Amino acid sequence: MATEATARPDLANDDIGEEARLALWRSQLEIRHVEQRAHDLFLQNLVKGTVHLSLGQEAVAAGFAVAMEEGDYTFCTYRGHAHTLARGASMSGVLGELMGRECGLLAGKGGSMHLTSVEHGAMGSYAIIGAHLPIAMGAAWSAQYRGTSQVSVCFFGDGTTNIGAFHEALNMAQIWKLPVIFVCENNLYMEYTPIGDVTAVEHPAADRASAYGMESIIVDGNDADAVYRVAQTAYAKARSGGGPSLIEAKTYRQCGHSRADPGAYRPDAEVEEWLARDPIPAYRRRLLDFGFAESAVDGIEAAVLAAVDAATDAARASPPPPPEILETEVYADGGAAWRN
Amino acid sequence: MAELTCREAVAAAIAQEMRRDPSVVFLGEDIGAAGGVFKTTVGLFEEFGPERVRDTPISEQAIIGAAMGAAMTGLRPIAELMFSDFFAVCWDLVANEIAKSRYMTNGQVFFPLVIRSANGGGARFGAQHSQAIENWAMMIPGLKVVAPSNPADIVGLLAASIRDPDPVVFFEQKSLYGTRGPVPDGEHVDTLGTARMVREGADATIVALAAMVPRAVEAADRLADEGISCQVIDLRTLVPLDTRTILSAVSDTGRLFTVEENPRLCGWGAEISSIVSEECFYDLDGPIVRITTPHIPLPSADNLEDLALPSVERIAETVRVNLG
Repeated sequence: MATEATARPDLANDDIGEEARLALWRSQLEIRHVEQRAHDLFLQNLVKGTVHLSLGQEAVAAGFAVAMEEGDYTFCTYRGHAHTLARGASMSGVLGELMGRECGLLAGKGGSMHLTSVEHGAMGSYAIIGAHLPIAMGAAWSAQYRGTSQVSVCFFGDGTTNIGAFHEALNMAQIWKLPVIFVCENNLYMEYTPIGDVTAVEHPAADRASAYGMESIIVDGNDADAVYRVAQTAYAKARSGGGPSLIEAKTYRQCGHSRADPGAYRPDAEVEEWLARDPIPAYRRRLLDFGFAESAVDGIEAAVLAAVDAATDAARASPPPPPEILETEVYADGGAAWRN
Repeated sequence: MAELTCREAVAAAIAQEMRRDPSVVFLGEDIGAAGGVFKTTVGLFEEFGPERVRDTPISEQAIIGAAMGAAMTGLRPIAELMFSDFFAVCWDLVANEIAKSRYMTNGQVFFPLVIRSANGGGARFGAQHSQAIENWAMMIPGLKVVAPSNPADIVGLLAASIRDPDPVVFFEQKSLYGTRGPVPDGEHVDTLGTARMVREGADATIVALAAMVPRAVEAADRLADEGISCQVIDLRTLVPLDTRTILSAVSDTGRLFTVEENPRLCGWGAEISSIVSEECFYDLDGPIVRITTPHIPLPSADNLEDLALPSVERIAETVRVNLG
């Protein structure tokens, strides 16, 4: 596993650089604090339905997003708040959508599990396991056909590796040498069940890579720098015509699967071990080791918190979606008419 | 006018659209050098090459997913599902993803794509390669559904489907592939959502789709010899549904028969029957009658399959008895 066991204190010779490090820090904080706010708003009954939080998994989203170029495509699952935010979608748009408000990214038509912001390259959150792997592969086919340098990145959980669409997409991506990166966020649990109990191999994604002629890659998904470096390598490969990559990022969700799940099936020692590897305080320590001023590092967090507060206020102030949109955008004429 | 078979019409339509628009790409199993298992794509690989006419593995989820991802990023893909029965293995992509995502994202993503497939019975393939599933697609908001009955309509409606900004499911009735008919010379593009009166008549309206259209016409010809005058409407498109043509026709004749290849329950004729009952009830002179395949999986033996599908004889007899 590629890990960052020791920080490199020499910022001048750092391969990641000051700007990217601060972007990784900010992105992880934005995800952490929006997710915690989503949790709070759910408890206040202001967020309905369900939410699937990425608390503890922020480094995966941040690492890939910061290494991306504008124009690249992100596809993610119902656990997609993190990836949508990481591409730059507005916090008020995300929180507003969770709350069913007019200001939501989808005007209240999609909800938590379908966050999308095409203007930011966030091409959708897909709530049926496996579906978006072929879709992301198709976007990569499109980029290849159109001759652009765009890369399509597809995030999914460990449970997805056991559904057929995963295998169909990997095979087709490889035979067509498509610029797509499949990122398995292995948080150790398929919903409520340990992934090892329901999977024939130890590493649910990485051990399947060889079946599709791909390299077996595992990265510490709680280390934003390690994720960033692995992402850079995969982007370079995709942009140079080298074809797809499959990356397994080992991480841990600090909460249950969804709001209905307290996660009580997880051993206390396991939870404690992973909480000790929380990516946020670890990254803060690393920035300080690199010589970033504590005031600057913590100032970013204060700014993020203020932005989350402002976004919360904006979402709460936003009205419900207007009833007139109920029967709009089913078809390209803007309406829902199926007859004359 | 050229005379084409239905299978030649499919290739002609795709070629017509690929020549005019480089964003049109085509993928499916055995569609390339093999020319398609029904020989509906002969010549396309040679003319447009492997970048635009892509053979795929037996991976229907990947085929339809790839079409969706390509459509939402600037291409106009045509995906072939070899048999319409195979919609069942990629129904998530069709019904949950392609059909719903425009609405769920409030219009941020959209899918100008066509899924075309060999549909329906008559070829003795048995229950898993013979279903008429146009009603499956019809019930999903967000899809358009087309099922032509002749070569000219295949060219015109497939071209219109490829140019349409919405996802279109395009059903080709496989027992019609060898049928010949005239096709207009030059570029031919028709209009989705338009039914066509293919036979005039005064006593009853028969609404049919795809392979049931020629059967309904033949039944109407026989009935005419007996002094019963029937209109036949070729629906051509289920979504959008041309209810104006149907309602106007039924108002004139006072009687409606639907001829459906699908099994009985929830066939498209039930929806039309409901619309006509609600909107021109007082123009009706008798009950609306649906002529369908029984509610069974389709059998393969010659006599059983022929018995199951609405035949010319059954259509004529049903009309005769009900008007008698």
